Amino acid sequence: MSAVLPLSIPVPAATPAVRPRVRWVPAALIAVALAYLALFLFVPLAAVFFEALKKGFGFYLDAIREPDAWSAIGLTFTAAIIAVPLNLVFGVAAAWAIAKFDFRGKSLLITLIDLPFSVSPVISGLIYVLIFGLQGWLGPWLAEHDVRVIFAVPGIVLATIFVTFPFVARELIPLMQAQGREEEEAAAVLGASGWQTLWYVTLPNVKWGILYGVILCNARAMGEFGAVSVVSGHIRGLTNTLPLHVEILYNEYNFAAAFACASLLALLALVTLGIKTFVELRQEHET
Amino acid sequence: MTTLASRRHSVLPGFHLALGYTLFYLCLIVLIPLSAAFIKTFGLTWESFWATVTAPRVLASYRLTFGMSLLAALINAGFGLLVAWVLVRYRFPGKRVIDSLVDLPFALPTAVAGIALTAVYATNGWLGAPLNAAGIKVAFTPLGILVALTFIGLPFVVRTVQPVLEDMEAELEEAAQSLGANAWQTFWRVILPTVTPAVITGFTLAFARALGEYGSVIFIAGNMPMISEITPLIIITKLEQYDYSGATAVAVVMLVSSFVLLFVINALQWWVRRRRGEERL
Repeated sequence: MSAVLPLSIPVPAATPAVRPRVRWVPAALIAVALAYLALFLFVPLAAVFFEALKKGFGFYLDAIREPDAWSAIGLTFTAAIIAVPLNLVFGVAAAWAIAKFDFRGKSLLITLIDLPFSVSPVISGLIYVLIFGLQGWLGPWLAEHDVRVIFAVPGIVLATIFVTFPFVARELIPLMQAQGREEEEAAAVLGASGWQTLWYVTLPNVKWGILYGVILCNARAMGEFGAVSVVSGHIRGLTNTLPLHVEILYNEYNFAAAFACASLLALLALVTLGIKTFVELRQEHET
Repeated sequence: MTTLASRRHSVLPGFHLALGYTLFYLCLIVLIPLSAAFIKTFGLTWESFWATVTAPRVLASYRLTFGMSLLAALINAGFGLLVAWVLVRYRFPGKRVIDSLVDLPFALPTAVAGIALTAVYATNGWLGAPLNAAGIKVAFTPLGILVALTFIGLPFVVRTVQPVLEDMEAELEEAAQSLGANAWQTFWRVILPTVTPAVITGFTLAFARALGEYGSVIFIAGNMPMISEITPLIIITKLEQYDYSGATAVAVVMLVSSFVLLFVINALQWWVRRRRGEERL
């Protein structure tokens, strides 16, 4: 420009303070981002429901109502109903100790609580086999007393507890740390007992955090595959959870039935994400 | 235990009960079972441990697992930054739903993800058929493993970068632009340095998650020894052959590498917090 018009005075209109953004850039960026999400998320998600209904709605219902599928659904619920409350109680206890008191080794404790997240699901199952399996530490004693843990329901429950161990705690610890101790201290000074303080002061303050942690914990508990696969033994109608049932059907080339059962788990995931978004909106609203 | 219990004076009750229960449950569910893996390997001689964890088939699985996890995390670092940017800065229809769906890999059971990706990327699948026509086979090749690992690592970078971009003032970019920087320079000199720590954290988390992944991979991998067999599958195979010490030896190698990664992640987050803290001062 200056080479063409060497003597011209700078015209304000030619050099605006903020350059107008190029119009096509946002559109292109949105398009690339959506294409990436479509390739890896949306298309596979749609495929689950498409494949599930491929042979018609009647076939879909039959695949879900079949006795083996029902017992798999039942076991999946059993494992979650035991694992989630146990990890909830643990999460509240851990968050109470970590957020409301000062002690040495606190950051080490937080790291240890997160440990199950960095362990491969396969190893999460393996460690329980090493303890409760026939050749394990407690194996001979358990066999003597006719108690089965591995290749039975208790092993599945234990593996589920392990993989969902950190969910509630890691949600509650930062939340309760951010809320401080003043309210609890006021309650204590006014004569409330520890349980009253917990029940009437602390828990109402973190109710959305608890719900958030519990639904994520539950989704993982019901959907866990690797860890449960190692300890289950895949006995149909006895030690099959829904994800394991999906695997068996799929390996038998019974694709439509496999996807029918998988669609239940996909629905669970979508409901989980829905509740999660709702909780996030509520939290935004309250702050 | 006594060092853990050396607390400052507090009026609140329940410290010993809460911490005691926390430690008890942590030991019972996590620490004692995990230590079982390490104690089991002590039963092996060093030679047999080394021979097990460096067998050619096992070495090939490390290379595959490590390489594909690294690639998937790199893909997610780039595209995750883009998705976070698009979700924070632009408005478009369906944004709220898409934002929620980013977390799908956290909520969808891995086995479901595995069979869905296999159906889509098989040679007769919706995306596999056109790719196959172009000469690219995805399902039942190492490329399929990459697809599965990209899927399960997708949310990490998006979710670590999003809050940083939300906190970043638009004034900073406007200042850069009014000082004559073009969009490219603004990106490289202003935006990228601010989000880099978050991208690295998300990348490391995605990488760590991919290393141990099993459920979504085994359906799409084809599981050919030396070619498309991941390390967690080696452990499963050894278990099915009742080779418990072999399985445990490989598991210990995986555990040690993920603990090292966990340490790196913690150090990174500490570094980021310190950097941010210094900037605020």
